[in-house]
Amino acid sequence: MSPDDPMLPVAYRVEKVTKETRDTFTLVTRRVDRAPRHAFEPGQFSMLYVCAVGELPISISGDTADKQNLTYTVRSVGQVTNQLVSLGVGDTLGVRGPFGVPWPVEEARGKDVVVVAGGIGLAPLRPVLYHILRRREEYGRLVLLYGARSPQDQLFRKELTQWSQAPESRVLTTVDYGGVNWHGHVGVVTTMFRYVRLRPERTIAMVCGPEIMMRFVARELETRGVERSQIRVSMERNMKCGCGFCGHCQYGPDFICKDGPVFSYDRIQSRMEAYEI
Amino acid sequence: MPRFFRLDEPALDGLIEALRQQGYTAVGPRVRDGAVIYDEISSVADLPQGWASEQEAGKYRLNRDPSAGPFDYVIGPSSWKQWLHPPEARLFAAERENGAFRILPNTTSAPRYALVGVRACELAAIAIQDRVLLGDRYTDPIYQARRKALFVVAVNCTRSAATCFCASMQTGPRAVEGFDLALTPVGNGRQYLGETGTDAGAAVAGELGWPEAPPEMMSEAAETVRAAARAQTRNVALEGLAEALTAAAEHPRWETVAKRCMACGNCTLACPTCFCTTVEDTSTVDGARAERWRKWDSCFTQSFSYIHGGSVRTSVKSRYRQWLTHKLAYWQQQFGTPGCVGCGRCITWCPAGIDLTEEARALRA
Amino acid sequence: MESLERIIAEQPFVEGLESYYLQLLVGCARNVVFEAGHTVFREGEEAHEFYLLRHGKVAIEIHAPQRPPIVVETLADGDVLGWSWLIPPHHWRFTARAVTQVRAIALDGKCLRTKCEANHDLGYELLKRFADIMSRRVDAARYQVIDVYGGGVNQ
Repeated sequence: MSPDDPMLPVAYRVEKVTKETRDTFTLVTRRVDRAPRHAFEPGQFSMLYVCAVGELPISISGDTADKQNLTYTVRSVGQVTNQLVSLGVGDTLGVRGPFGVPWPVEEARGKDVVVVAGGIGLAPLRPVLYHILRRREEYGRLVLLYGARSPQDQLFRKELTQWSQAPESRVLTTVDYGGVNWHGHVGVVTTMFRYVRLRPERTIAMVCGPEIMMRFVARELETRGVERSQIRVSMERNMKCGCGFCGHCQYGPDFICKDGPVFSYDRIQSRMEAYEI
Repeated sequence: MPRFFRLDEPALDGLIEALRQQGYTAVGPRVRDGAVIYDEISSVADLPQGWASEQEAGKYRLNRDPSAGPFDYVIGPSSWKQWLHPPEARLFAAERENGAFRILPNTTSAPRYALVGVRACELAAIAIQDRVLLGDRYTDPIYQARRKALFVVAVNCTRSAATCFCASMQTGPRAVEGFDLALTPVGNGRQYLGETGTDAGAAVAGELGWPEAPPEMMSEAAETVRAAARAQTRNVALEGLAEALTAAAEHPRWETVAKRCMACGNCTLACPTCFCTTVEDTSTVDGARAERWRKWDSCFTQSFSYIHGGSVRTSVKSRYRQWLTHKLAYWQQQFGTPGCVGCGRCITWCPAGIDLTEEARALRA
Repeated sequence: MESLERIIAEQPFVEGLESYYLQLLVGCARNVVFEAGHTVFREGEEAHEFYLLRHGKVAIEIHAPQRPPIVVETLADGDVLGWSWLIPPHHWRFTARAVTQVRAIALDGKCLRTKCEANHDLGYELLKRFADIMSRRVDAARYQVIDVYGGGVNQ
């Protein structure tokens, strides 16, 4: 069979596992055959295969500058993700890809970048933050708004603090449910826009989270003057192949796997508002 | 330049034999379980001579018809995608050892099929699947290997079923390209006008020493095929269709058709262009060896659109809408042609008799 | 000393308000400071005032038996705290607690209600602003109810 079969996984070994929250883990993986890791851009995803169990699309959450590893942050929500998060150091998993349209980090050069993440949606955006912070002077202001369910569900807490200390950067985190001992913000992520002043004409926004959250964030950005074409969202659908063969991820005329997952909001806005597309 | 020959029934037998001699597995129409399906054949005797089908929305009946030649049956439920894009295919195997595993790619070579009796609509369907599985960003090696090894003997249609609408889809009934050889039954279906489409086809024709076709045979063939086109009663108006359907997402007709649709998925199985698949993992009891299989899937199942938490398309309405809109509108945007070739299988084989041509018309109203 | 009028004029709440109406507000306003942990108002108490938050964070809480108090929302710099003063029977529906030290402008509700009754134009200006705040808070509360991160989460 053809050596460039896009359906054939490549074995990667788990090098490190970090528990992020009660149900979310970050896996650092390295190619078993010691060949260079697959090249990727921020926002791309891999199909991760657990032997005899199944395969799922998972976004790469690591740094493009890390030339050895591919890093994934996985929330345990089903059979395959349960297996993925229970992998230990030394275990093998299969990697296909990376697939998909990345975040517009090149187009964003020179602009203010507003990153809005909800829940595990911060994981596919983390490579963007690494990318920008490494080239801080090439970008305008950086704003990160991050919403999570509760303080315990926040990902990458140490890094959130580090990012907030970067020059010309503002990081605001909020939770939907906070106890009396939580001293941060409580409220959905859109409420954080009250505390930042955007320069809409020079802003590009990258939004990732549950679809419904992206919908109301995009609307809020629009209300604040950001053009639809400058709002990018990352979509999710059922996916069996990642390369346009299986048909599952079709979203109107687009395949999420090859035309997305990152889309311009002006392209898909009406679809996002329709039922059962 | 195509060349034209005259074949009689023994010559057709000789063709099948020659292809088998060349190492091809000949696949063609046969009668089975009251329908014409495609399966391995070894001679003209296997073809459905003396059979004619009666088709309508939700209805198929194979009747004895002594006047019917081997290719007068009109298409049945199976299509060639079964041979090129198989219903089940192993993607790879994996062997586990101490927590790690090794991926074992498929090593068997692809079967070499000679397809005998491919209709113009089916050639169009193969071209569409070529576009999806070979002509986009990635190449499907399983399809590619089978496709490369293929020999195609097309047969032009001299009869149309009541469910045929290839003429309106501009895919038939005359085969224009995509074949090695094309045959047109003439003289009450007992003789054939042969036409070469490729060098491989011409080589076979030369080897078998077929006589050149007389001019009157060519005009007779052309006229019978035109007559088959004229006999078609159904049609789809292509002009502006994709735009109209894309704009019709909230049309009340979807509710109406959803009341009839059982979401059984027959249309997607019978459709020669539907390409969707799912994957299944198997393993030995001790877990030492696993396999990953690809299987045909249907957008009519609820699990098709499942993401953790639930399915995106829970209603039958949304699933029928997805199928039809994909077929006639999104496909155009994705791959540059409609995903429908006008073969009418989805109409015949729908247990509720839902008629795609009628739905397309209603959705534009 | 900073003039109260200037401080109020900087608040997003009064953006675009004509200075005549601003003067009317100033007449009902005073500067306040709450230390962290201080209860600004308590559920059930009479709602005398509302607050324009200048600095600091306030938690809106609700408590129920058998469980610790729940923070339903936090408010911070530039936000408006409280609208029960505007709506009969003028009792607080929730409890507000300073999370950090809070500096704010307190506006006397009774004073403002009297002025609004006498000057419906002022009343309209205030209601427009509160309608905007309320609709945003209702939206936010609806989104919160969906519990978006509990169910379908983007990978």
